[in-house]
Amino acid sequence: MSELLTGQPGERRLFLGNEAIVRGALEAGVALVSTYPGTPASEIGDRCYEISRQTDLYFEYSVNEKVALEVAAGAAASGWRSLCSMKHVGLNVAADTLMTLAYVGVKAGMVIISADDPSLFSSQNEQDNRFYAKMSGLPMLEPASPQEAKEMTLAAFALSEELQVPVLLRTTTRINHTRGAVTLGQLAPHPGPGSFTKEPFRKVMVPAVARLAHARLLEAQAKAAALAEISVFNKIYGQGTWGIVTSGVSADYVEDAVAELGLKDRVQVLKLGFTHPLPVNLILKFLAPLEKVLVVEELEPFLEESLRGIAQAQGLTMPIQGKGQALFSRLYEYHPALVRRVTARYFGLSDNAPEPLEPAQILGQPLPDRPPNLCPGCPHRAMYYSVKMALKNLDVEGVFPTDIGCYTLGLLPPLSMADFLICMGSSINTAAGISKATDRKVVAFIGDSTFFHSGLPGLANAVHQGHDFLLVILDNGTTAMTGSQPHPGVTLTPPGYQGRPIPIAGVIRGLGVESLWTVNPFKFKETLAATKEALSARGVRVLISQAPCHLYEQRIKGKKRIARFCVTDKCHDCRHCLDYFGCPAMQLSGKPEGGRMLIDPDVCSGCAFCVQWCEAIRPLKK
Amino acid sequence: MNLSFTENRKQKTENPNIRLRIFLTGVGGQGTLLASRVLGEAALEAGFSPLVSETHGMAQRGGIVVSSVVLGEVKSPIISPGEADVLLGFEALEAFRALNYCHARSLVIANTAAIAPYPVATGQAQYPPVDRLMELLGEHVGGLLAFDAGERARAAGSALAVNMVLLGALAGTASLPFSQEDLLHILRTRTNPKFLEANLHAFQAGVDAAQESCNWVRRPASWH
Repeated sequence: MSELLTGQPGERRLFLGNEAIVRGALEAGVALVSTYPGTPASEIGDRCYEISRQTDLYFEYSVNEKVALEVAAGAAASGWRSLCSMKHVGLNVAADTLMTLAYVGVKAGMVIISADDPSLFSSQNEQDNRFYAKMSGLPMLEPASPQEAKEMTLAAFALSEELQVPVLLRTTTRINHTRGAVTLGQLAPHPGPGSFTKEPFRKVMVPAVARLAHARLLEAQAKAAALAEISVFNKIYGQGTWGIVTSGVSADYVEDAVAELGLKDRVQVLKLGFTHPLPVNLILKFLAPLEKVLVVEELEPFLEESLRGIAQAQGLTMPIQGKGQALFSRLYEYHPALVRRVTARYFGLSDNAPEPLEPAQILGQPLPDRPPNLCPGCPHRAMYYSVKMALKNLDVEGVFPTDIGCYTLGLLPPLSMADFLICMGSSINTAAGISKATDRKVVAFIGDSTFFHSGLPGLANAVHQGHDFLLVILDNGTTAMTGSQPHPGVTLTPPGYQGRPIPIAGVIRGLGVESLWTVNPFKFKETLAATKEALSARGVRVLISQAPCHLYEQRIKGKKRIARFCVTDKCHDCRHCLDYFGCPAMQLSGKPEGGRMLIDPDVCSGCAFCVQWCEAIRPLKK
Repeated sequence: MNLSFTENRKQKTENPNIRLRIFLTGVGGQGTLLASRVLGEAALEAGFSPLVSETHGMAQRGGIVVSSVVLGEVKSPIISPGEADVLLGFEALEAFRALNYCHARSLVIANTAAIAPYPVATGQAQYPPVDRLMELLGEHVGGLLAFDAGERARAAGSALAVNMVLLGALAGTASLPFSQEDLLHILRTRTNPKFLEANLHAFQAGVDAAQESCNWVRRPASWH
């Protein structure tokens, strides 16, 4: 049984922020959860998948975030409490839904998790999704710890039901991926069948209906503002004539900074957890006696600008600052010492912490980098190699729009198979634009999960418009980067998974693509021949590279490595393998000038790909 | 016997004055996340409210994976440069790279086994001599325990149990506010039973390594 379903109320558990959110939803009686996986939110879906197999909870890995949000909206409109989780950029995909769902509203509580990623640990941007609350007019809560994540999830369901609109729970990576002590409450029972009440003149957003719905949304916002004034998640502590306003994980850094700088009697802290709409009266009461105020928040000056506006309207003129030179940056996540340093500087105190040591300086030379790399036995690397070789044989230089997934690591040398990337699905459409504007050979790469997520409209468009590029679908049978979640095209499903697979080749033919090849990328000769053919043809061509993710296959099938390979004396040190393939198992022993190639038997996956193009590589004799 | 032990463990209360920040660093696949989780679970059972911060996602593919465990009088889930009291380095170069997280009194436990990063494997960069890395590390921190944890793990029956060796070594230094037995209890109850025997052996190998004075590049003057 999932550990999120066990334990007595009052018991303390060490939960990830993401797990605390799931526990909170279960204590709120959530009946439906939907998601598209994305770091740092993925574990919310993964735990719910597990739980859905053990309880009546309905869970789905939807095909993308827009779909997920609409599935959840339909359930909430039908009286089921629903939760929809996604990473910050996922909310861009679902933004069309979000903006008008705010008008349509909900019947049962609905909570939308937006997991932001300051410092871009695993993302293509570090946008601040708090602005989505402002833009949509929806209430927003921001937890500062796993315990708060659980409490706020519970409270968000109640708030959503009271206001009849969805509520945003906005987290950041450091909340999602921090484990902390969480006190369990009582699990709530499943609500049983839902019911849908027909009210077309409230729920069908044609202009005449939407005009009234917008007014209703503003009323809900006014009620939300009143609730924010008395929310337990907005707290004031400390005393003195200096002030700090903060929210989210920054509030933790502030609490430590205040303690370490000994400021408890000199500074008052307003820790905000209910951050949209803001509690204007509480803020005014807080600001009124203060001489100067520091705002501590990662990314954009969301609170800072609001606070200045609130103060100005009341004629309060104390300095309120957050971002700026010698203050905080709009870039990247913060950390405790940074917050302490800026706090000390702002209030004219000294922070006596010594400068951190610099390892490279101590060593007297730069440390070798350790970039991430595609795994040994990864089918993406094999396919990239064949495309490289095919282009080399044809003596053409390709341009490679790429997409989001493990295969984006093809960016790094020696593969260097990524030239342009914006977001999920952008490979296909940017390929169209690049091929139109130039005479370059364009080869776009997209993964199977990403193809279903947002590749379909682009491919339909490309066929219809008659664009000219080769699309390589790197089909490894799963959503590998985020932890191997299934998607509609899955060939290798987790145990008990019920989803009906939709073969990618059929979809592509159905979209009108006439030139289609399917290869097993580990069969080098066939793949090279097909790739050359596909490169030489005109129009929209699709090549499906089909072989399961090696890691996932091992996990699901318990498949073990069968053969391993070694470099024999025939090696004449051409280093083709290092220059074009770059498998982590391939290493140069000894010094670069006098080295010798070898295959690390502990790293080699036994995929038997390199042996097909290097005569010096042979099976390792037992 | 077992039962009374459990009750004893629950009676422990949090020491209000302690503050401990443990930084763990290694290479994807070395099990840093499990080690930090075990530390966190043991701290929770000992009555603390620990925070364990983890790296997930893209970096896990052969890149550097760091995590941290903080407990006591601290609210921030992550550790700033210069503020780690303990550094567990799962790989020699990564232990040295994390020197910027240490201060003059930090205790460092480092695996001296090297995993060549890709630029080294391809001859574009040189791996600095491990002896030199350890010597320099030792000069800048309060204590350094350095030994080949990979070798100890293999000898204990599982090459993958480097994380257990290092946990054992940390327990062996008696620098945690909870006991070796608290950690073992978590290993027995919360980790995969399939690997338990090898893990317990590896843990003990780490405890032993901490007792061998030849492994101490620098002995801490006093601890706590």
